[in-house]
This record gives sequence, C-alpha cells and structure tokens, in this order.
Amino acid sequence: MLITVNLNGKMVSGDVEADTLLIDFVRNHGCYSVKRGCETSNCGLCTVFLEDRPVLSCSVLAVRADGKKVTTLEGMQEEAAEFGAFIADQGAEQCGFCNPGFVMNAMALFRENPAPGEEEIKEYLAGNLCRCSGYEGQLRGILAFMEWRKKEGRL
Amino acid sequence: MKTVNKPVRKKDAMQLLTGQPVYTDDIAPRDCLVVKLLRSPHASAVIRNIQTDIALKVPGIEAVYTWKDVPQTERRFTLAGQTYPEPSPYDRLLLDRRVRYVGDVVAIVAGADDKCVDKALSLIKVEYQILEPVLDFRTALDNPVLVHPEENWESLCPVGADNKRNLCAHDESSQGDIEKVLEGCDIVLDRVYHTKACQQTMMETFRTFCTIDTYGRLSVVSSTQIVFHCRRIIANALHIPKSMVRVSKPRIGGGFGAKQTSVSEIYPAFVTWKTKKPSKIIFSREESMTASTPRHEMEMHVRLGAMKDGRIRGIDLYTLSNTGAYGEHGPTTVGLSGHKSIPLYGKAEAFRFVSDVVYTNVMSAGAYRGYGATQGLFAVESAVNELASMLHMDPIRLREQNIVRQGEVMPAYYGQENTSCALDRCLAKVREMIKWDEIYPVKDMGNGKVRSVGMGMAMQGSGISGVDVGSAVLKLGDEGIYNLLIGAADMGTGCDTILAQIAAEVLDCEMEDIMVFGADTDASPYDSGSYASSTTYVTGKAVENCALKLREQICRLGAKILSCEYEQVEFDGKEVVLDREHKVSLKEIAAASMCGNDISLEAASTHSSPISPPPFMAGAAEIEMDLQTGETKVVNFAAAVDCGTPINPNLARVQAEGGILQGIGMALTENITYDSKGRVLENSLMQYKIPARVDVGHIQVAFENSYEESGPFGAKSIGEVVINTPLPAVADAVYHACGVRFRELPITPCQIAMGRIRMEQGKSNSNDRERLPDNENI
Amino acid sequence: MITIRRYKKAESIEEAWQLNQQKSSRIIGGMLWLKMGKGTVQTAIDLSGLSLDGIEETEEEFRVGCMATLRQLELHEGLGTYTGGAMKEALRHIVGVQFRNLATVGGSIFGRFGFSDVLTMFLAMDSYVELYKAGVVSMREFAGGGYDRDVLVRILVRKQPASFHYSSVRNSQTDFPALTCAAARFEGPAGADYRFAIGARPGRAVVIEDSGRILSGGDIREQARAFGEYAAAHVPTGSNMRGSAQYRTHLVKVLTERAILQMGGEAGC
Repeated sequence: MLITVNLNGKMVSGDVEADTLLIDFVRNHGCYSVKRGCETSNCGLCTVFLEDRPVLSCSVLAVRADGKKVTTLEGMQEEAAEFGAFIADQGAEQCGFCNPGFVMNAMALFRENPAPGEEEIKEYLAGNLCRCSGYEGQLRGILAFMEWRKKEGRL
Repeated sequence: MKTVNKPVRKKDAMQLLTGQPVYTDDIAPRDCLVVKLLRSPHASAVIRNIQTDIALKVPGIEAVYTWKDVPQTERRFTLAGQTYPEPSPYDRLLLDRRVRYVGDVVAIVAGADDKCVDKALSLIKVEYQILEPVLDFRTALDNPVLVHPEENWESLCPVGADNKRNLCAHDESSQGDIEKVLEGCDIVLDRVYHTKACQQTMMETFRTFCTIDTYGRLSVVSSTQIVFHCRRIIANALHIPKSMVRVSKPRIGGGFGAKQTSVSEIYPAFVTWKTKKPSKIIFSREESMTASTPRHEMEMHVRLGAMKDGRIRGIDLYTLSNTGAYGEHGPTTVGLSGHKSIPLYGKAEAFRFVSDVVYTNVMSAGAYRGYGATQGLFAVESAVNELASMLHMDPIRLREQNIVRQGEVMPAYYGQENTSCALDRCLAKVREMIKWDEIYPVKDMGNGKVRSVGMGMAMQGSGISGVDVGSAVLKLGDEGIYNLLIGAADMGTGCDTILAQIAAEVLDCEMEDIMVFGADTDASPYDSGSYASSTTYVTGKAVENCALKLREQICRLGAKILSCEYEQVEFDGKEVVLDREHKVSLKEIAAASMCGNDISLEAASTHSSPISPPPFMAGAAEIEMDLQTGETKVVNFAAAVDCGTPINPNLARVQAEGGILQGIGMALTENITYDSKGRVLENSLMQYKIPARVDVGHIQVAFENSYEESGPFGAKSIGEVVINTPLPAVADAVYHACGVRFRELPITPCQIAMGRIRMEQGKSNSNDRERLPDNENI
Repeated sequence: MITIRRYKKAESIEEAWQLNQQKSSRIIGGMLWLKMGKGTVQTAIDLSGLSLDGIEETEEEFRVGCMATLRQLELHEGLGTYTGGAMKEALRHIVGVQFRNLATVGGSIFGRFGFSDVLTMFLAMDSYVELYKAGVVSMREFAGGGYDRDVLVRILVRKQPASFHYSSVRNSQTDFPALTCAAARFEGPAGADYRFAIGARPGRAVVIEDSGRILSGGDIREQARAFGEYAAAHVPTGSNMRGSAQYRTHLVKVLTERAILQMGGEAGC
C-alpha cells in the first residue's frame, strides 16, 4: 500500500505492507533516532509524535499514519539540543539508547504542562524506561532546564 | 587539578541526546542478510533429525545451518570474555546436536528480510529425542543426568571442574580454624540466602553485523564490551585463524556485563564467513531475556560467629552457584561472593569459603555488574543485619565496631593490604543522609503505612589483579591536537571522556584537544576490555603513563628545536620552554614533527596492576510499606561511596544512582522463575519488571574519597560496587517494617502481606537455625 | 508479532460489521495487545475514520466512542468530576502516556482482559456497551459474555447520584495489577447502594453487591470489615506470577473495606 506521511515537515511516500509498523517505516526513511527496546510496548524508546501526540511507534501500523503528521527527534534537533544540554550537564544521557524516546516525551510533557511538578514529571515519563541512570540525573536535568526557562522568561 | 575531578560533559553526550545514528543497527549496511536463530523448545534433547529443505525454498532465504555444518568433535570454546586461558570451560559448539536449555540454538537462518526468515524458521522440521533435564541446581552435583557428557569438554584452568559430576568449578579457601572460632562464639547465626538469575536488561539488546573487508577478512561490528576477547572467541568458534577476524564496536546501548559475553557475534560471523555476504543479527527482547547471560543464581549458606558485645569473630560461607547450561563466568563469579564480602569484617579471626558451581539445563549465566559480590554481599550483610537485630544493636554501630580499616591486611581478599579506605566515613555519612537516628528501625505513618530503614555495606575490586591489561596510545597531530587510542569500551559509562580527562590533566591541555578512539582490534592498543571495574583504574593508569611519556617526547623534540638538552626544558601544555627568550610552541613542535623528523610524537603505554584496591560503599534504604497490602516503595536511598578520587564526579554519581536502582529492582521486583519444563516466565519487559521512575523516591549519593596511590590521580573503580548495597538494605528495612525476615529475592507485596498474616497467626516464617552455644537467650 | 494480510479503513460501521463476519478478520483498536499475538489476520478493520473517537457528555450520560483513547478518558474533565478522580486513578498506572495515547476504550472493553483496570472501572458504574447489532447491553452482561463478531460502537455511562473509588495493588507502579477494585456508592431514596467490581483476580472482573444489606446502618467501620469478609468469601481468585489466590482474597477484603470507608466520608488518606 502506498502511504504518504508528513515526516518531520517533508512529505514522504512509501510502499508498505499492511502490517508494517511505523517504527520501521521511519527508520527506513532515515530516522534512526527511533529505537526499539522491546516487543511489548513497555519501554518508550520508540516514542514519536503522531499528530503532535506522543505515541509508541512500535505499536502503530504505518498505514494508520497515512496522511498524517509524524515527528521524530530528527525533526526537533534544535529543541532536543537545547533541552539535551541540561541532561548532558548531569551526565545522565549515559548509554544514550533511551535518550531519543525520553527527549521526545519530555518535549510532549512541556507542551502539555509547561511547569510540571516533580510527581507530574515522573508520572508523565513513567513509560520511558532507562537502565543506566536510575532516573535521578534525568530529573535533575529536567528541573535545571525548567529553572533556566523560567529565568529566560520563557514560561 | 584542572580537568580531573571535574564534572565535564561526556564527549559524545550531545550526539546521543539528539539521536544521531551511532549504534550497531544504525550503521549496518542496508543490504545485510537478516540472521535469526531457531531455538530449542526443550530443556534437554538430542536432535534426532532436522529437515531444512522446505525452509530453504522460501524466496529470499540464503542459508540454513544446522549441527551438520559444524564438526561435532572439534575443539569446543567459551563465549566468556576473559583473558586467555579462560577459567570458563570450553563447553560450546557453534551448533551442537545436543541442546541444553529452552532457547539453545538449533539452527541459523539467513535471508533477505525478517519476513522470509521468520517463515523459514517456522518451516524447519526438527525431531528431538527429549532427555530428562536437571532443572533444580540443588540437585545438580553428582546427578546421574549430565548436562555435558561429551568427551571434548575441556577446562583450561585448574578450577576444580568435572563435567562428569555437573561441576563447573569448586574452590576452598580459609584462614584460621573456623570451627574452633565459631565454637568459642557467644552466638552463631546459621542462615541460607537465595538470589535469582536477574537480567542486565540494557536497553539495546545484543546485536552484531559482519562484512568481508578489502583483504577478505571477517569484519565484525558489535555491541560489545570486549573487542579483543571477541576476536579470539569468534576465531575459536569458526575454527579460523585469528588474523582473519577484526572486531570493532560503535556506541553501545548499555552493557552492565551482559556484553562481556559474546552472545550474538558468532552467528552472523558464521553466516558472513560462509556466504561472504554482509549479515546482521538483532536479538529480540524475548531472546535477550531467555537466551542470554544473566546473573548466576546463588544459594549461600552463612555461618556468622560473634560475641554478645557485637564482635564478629568468624565467617563461614558456602556458595552454590548455578551456571546453567554453559559455564560462562561460572568459575570466576562465585569467588567474589566470598572474597568481596568476608573481608569487610576486618576483626574476624578466621574465615572459610567453599564454593561449588554446577551445570543445569537452564539459560547459561554470565557477567552482571557486581559479578558474584552482589550475591555474597546480600548473604553476608543480611546475616550481619540479623545479628544486629538479635543483639538489639544498631546495625551501623555494629559495622563501625567490625569494619576493615585502611592499612589492615585482608586475609579473605587474597591477603591484600587495604591500601585506601574511607568506609568508616561512608557509614557516618549515610547515617546522617538517611536520618537514620530519626527513623530506625521503624516509624508509624498513622495511615496503615510505616516507614523503616535498613542498610548494608559493599566492596568490589578495581580490575583483576595481575590479569587485566589496559593500554593507551597517544599521538600529537596538527596544531597540537592529540589522538587517544584505547581498547576499552565505553558502553555509556563515559570512559572515553574519563580517560581523556586523565590525558588532558597530564598534558595540560583542553578536553577539546583530545580526540578519543575506541575500540577496534586492528587499530586500538590491547585492552582486556571494559569489565571487572577495570577501566578507570587500570586503563586510566595506562593513559596517565602514556601521557607522561608523550610529554617527554614533546620535550625532546622541543629541546632539539631549541638546540638544548632535553633535561633543560619544561612543557606547560602550550610551549616547551628553555628560558624566557627561548621557547617553542606546541603548534610549532607539531608542525616540526611532520617535517624531516625522527623523534616519534606517539607514545604507547600498557599497564597492569598487581593489586585490585577495593572501592567501598555504605548504603541505606528508607522504605514505605502498606502493611496490609504489602506494597513497598523505596522512598529514599542514601549512599556514600569511596571510589578514591572520582575522575568525573557527575559520571561517578550517575553510575552510583543507576547501580543503586538496579539493586533496588533486584530486591523488590526483578524475578526469574522457570516452569516445570524449564521455560523462563519473565520473558519480556512486560513480565520482567525493571524499575520505572515512579517506582522509587529519591536516590542520594555522596562521595567520601580516600586516595589510592596506585590509581590514576588516586582513583579506584566505581562501576560495580554501586549495585550491591540495596539488596541487604531493602531486605532489612522490610524486616524492620513488618517483622518478617526474607532471605530470598525479590521480596514481593504478596510475600510480605502473607508473611505478616502467617506471623500473626503464630506460624514462624523463617528457617532460623541459630545456635546459642551457651544456651543463652540473647 | 501478528501478521496482517490486508488493512481496511472502514467507511461505515455496516462495512466494518460485514468485514468482521469473517473469522480471520479483526477490528483493530490501539493494536497494543493484538500486536503481541502470533497468528495471522486476513483483514484488519480500522474504525478510525468513523468519528468514533469522541467523548460526549449530556445531562444524563457520557457517550464514549470506541476509538477514544485511554488518555482521553483519563483527561476528560466531566468524567473526572463525575467519578471524583476514580477514572484517572484507574488509568494512570497503565504503562505510560504514549501507550494510553494509543490504547482505545473499545479495545480495552471488547478484549475483556482479566487484568483490565478499564473494565473494572466501568463495571462499577451504571454503564453499557452499544453494539452495532445487539444494541445496548449492560456492561455487566457484556463482561460475562463470550466473544462474538459484533462491533462495539460506544460505551455509555448513565449518570447517577453516586460516588466512586478506585484502587489497585501492583508489584510495581506500571505493572499489571495484582488486584483491582472499583467501588460505587449510589445514593437512592432508600439509602446508599454499593457496587464493587473486582478485577485481575486474575480472571475477568466481576461485580459484587451488598445483597445481604451488610452496609446499612450502624458503625461504618464494622460494616466495612464485615463486607470485606463477605466479598473475600464470594469473589473467586486464582494464582499467577503476580500473587497467590490467598493473597488476592486477602486484597479483596482490604480494598473493599478501604473503599467503603473512603466513600463513607471517613477522614483519612
């Protein structure tokens, strides 16, 4: 089936099977930031935005994205670098494999709730697993980022 | 210090955080054959007949390999990444007619895409002669059913192995007359503890791709911690010359020891060697959970002898370790269960440590952060916690009375001297951080919930003494930039950055001036690999020495340019200076080094340490428990670590936080259970529950540095020691919260709630067997 | 991973129903559970073009389209107010936001999974499923029934003067529950009527009511304890990886008792 997706602002067409998953479609179109960490929709590594909402691309049929807007970290490089710097300042990126999904979902959080409390942060990101960091450094980075945005008057 | 002990960013941080394609599957050629494995549904069987002709007819299938493609009488090998001759037995074939656990490899299929390979896998017809498996490791030793009856099984080192007894290793060590010392004790605790085969669960599963290079050699790119060992293992498995194999690693999506075993490499290597076509294998999460290399399940029998005043006089430990179907890391992990727990108690007059490692028909175990110390420390530290509660003594107080101090000799740690140790300060710090005195042992929150505390201590090593080798090459390039070449593998821990910090410190340059490369067997200097907490301490020292050498070379060329003697000049990182008028810049030296020069501005250094100075740690958990439902959450974990000088405090802190949460997972949620057929039930992230961020409150880490003279800038290791304390700390906090003692992990809400009910009904929950020699009721 | 041969975005419910009469067809919701299967689906039927993804609120009821996501349900203000936060509590533990942005209410209810927080929550409410052919059926009847090839179009919740409470016990926060308990206290002219739904037993959620009028008059604490024991005696439980039958029976008692005290206006947590 031929589908056309607005992938990171560019119209991308591709022939897919009925059961091609969105994660494989976007990887095949050069979006290697999108990672697969499980087969059971548990890890959050494959998070992308579908029509601006964070979803697990491992659990979406590519055909269902036909005619829709899909955003991966490749399409959010500036935001990712701006936020990521605060994670880097904690050393909390570690192996980095969960980073893209984590950064995407953190962006989604800030769009929905620009000034979340600690518990809200944890709950929103609960579906983003990380085995390296123990999450504490990620949390410090998020709080530092929010503090910075406040100072910049961007809240 | 300018660079060392500074929280600099990881060199690759922003690339990782912006999602750049730097991992194995991101850089694999697009035309790779997809390699997948057919796995055994039986715990023990011999393949009577295997038919692949229909599978081979599936369009797109390139090859199907079975045991018939592998000579069954050739030399076996091990997948363990260890220095040759490996202590792990040579007990594997690439494809074996006998399968030894549910998940063992039966056939390799390679084809154009996932779909055709999956189809072919379903069309291979296998007829098994099903054999009786050995599933309970307590019955494995001298069981008439053998896991490895074959004649070409081989043990290269004297580790007490005997495949005709299902014995992968046996060891005994002692000092003093333990029986006599225990005889003289006021109290002897006699306890059995049990830990399971927990999974490292790195986010990136095992994966490898292979190609044939310009010279016809096999080029293997893999997510591995051990490129050099991997080269040997692949050559052994394929029975090809080592000169025909090159192994390199890109970024690694986590390892934690899992990738210290060559779990995935040999299969695509075989496919590419046979077909001469590029191929790749990506383990599914299910494969990573069921056919990988988890922690060794251990049962530990502790006898702890002490006096009423709390003086610990003797420790007798017997460890039974389950290596599963193959012996990877079996003989070595078990040693740490005693040698890295008993030495914490420096006042003990005697110890004995006996161990057996047995084969069973379950997934083979391997290396996981902590490497046996985790299991042993759970047992010994839990026993000490039990002693404290029997003596009505504060567990921290009891430790303070008994711990090993700097300068003391540690008989159970191979007689090594404790060269640097701030364990006493760690204890004091943790007491303060967790507000121990306010909470201990338990505080009623008034809503059916209680908060309680528990603690534990830990030690580990810094590399394997006299075995691990770290090397570095440094070279000066245009305008005074440096290349640092290493064979150690950054698996996210940040060793590329840490080693660059050491080099920058010595060379008086900026971090940006050092470009790190690692690791590639063709281009990197030899390194045992990143495991055994060796990289900062062993390779770090090699880098330090190497940078000192290069400084010397820079001065030599500088002196030549200045037409003076080398002894007369000094190098400040920017210039080689003779006196105020006579100096030459590093840029000029770099330029001169590339024009008519015969002084090498490249240095190589190799280091190995005769000692392995232990990092130390104290950790305390504050838990909140719902007494009725048994739900338990670690709301606060405080840890104080003595890792010597933290080269990069940020990275050391994150190591600690990450390790602690893995330990908490092992204590409360991460379980491995087998059904009666030997199948792992926790085969996905849906069933094997690593902690999510909502499962834990806060983890606080403090550093109480000692200074280790033999390490680079006083550093010891940090990577592994950090996983150990949560196990005994959480278990003791659970006891303080609900009065039920658990000696098996994980401790689940179900067990807590039902344990309390049983206790209230007056049925004893435990298998307490303490002996009170003088019949005293303490 | 399941194999899908053909994908069809239905243009009407009738078309979806027609396609679904083939045994090898499947209506796909969020695809989260379906995906993990191993079989082959000849035709995957997608209802996402039929505007069934809304939640409407009227004076009398909530009308939840089968394609509304769990996240929509969680964030719906009307449902949040009506259930006193119980709806959100029932949903917030389910894996993560990205998961709940995909999982559909229809998929969760139609699947009638034993572990379902969603089914447990709806069972405590005065709720119904609207099936294309069979019409409106009570949730309780639907939860007890077998799988057929009808199309679940909507879920209806009739507003009643009631208060709700939801709780679950989990070995870890985003895990499947070891037990779920949704409780409702309906205010009637003759006093309060209680209804409890207990799920993850680990079997499908069941409803237990106060047919013996244990909860009428007297000391609420004693009544709650007595009802907890009654519930524990009457809700069948089993064992699995997440807990034993005995533990679950114990939890039935604890969670129902707590729910009664909470809804009875007891001061407390």
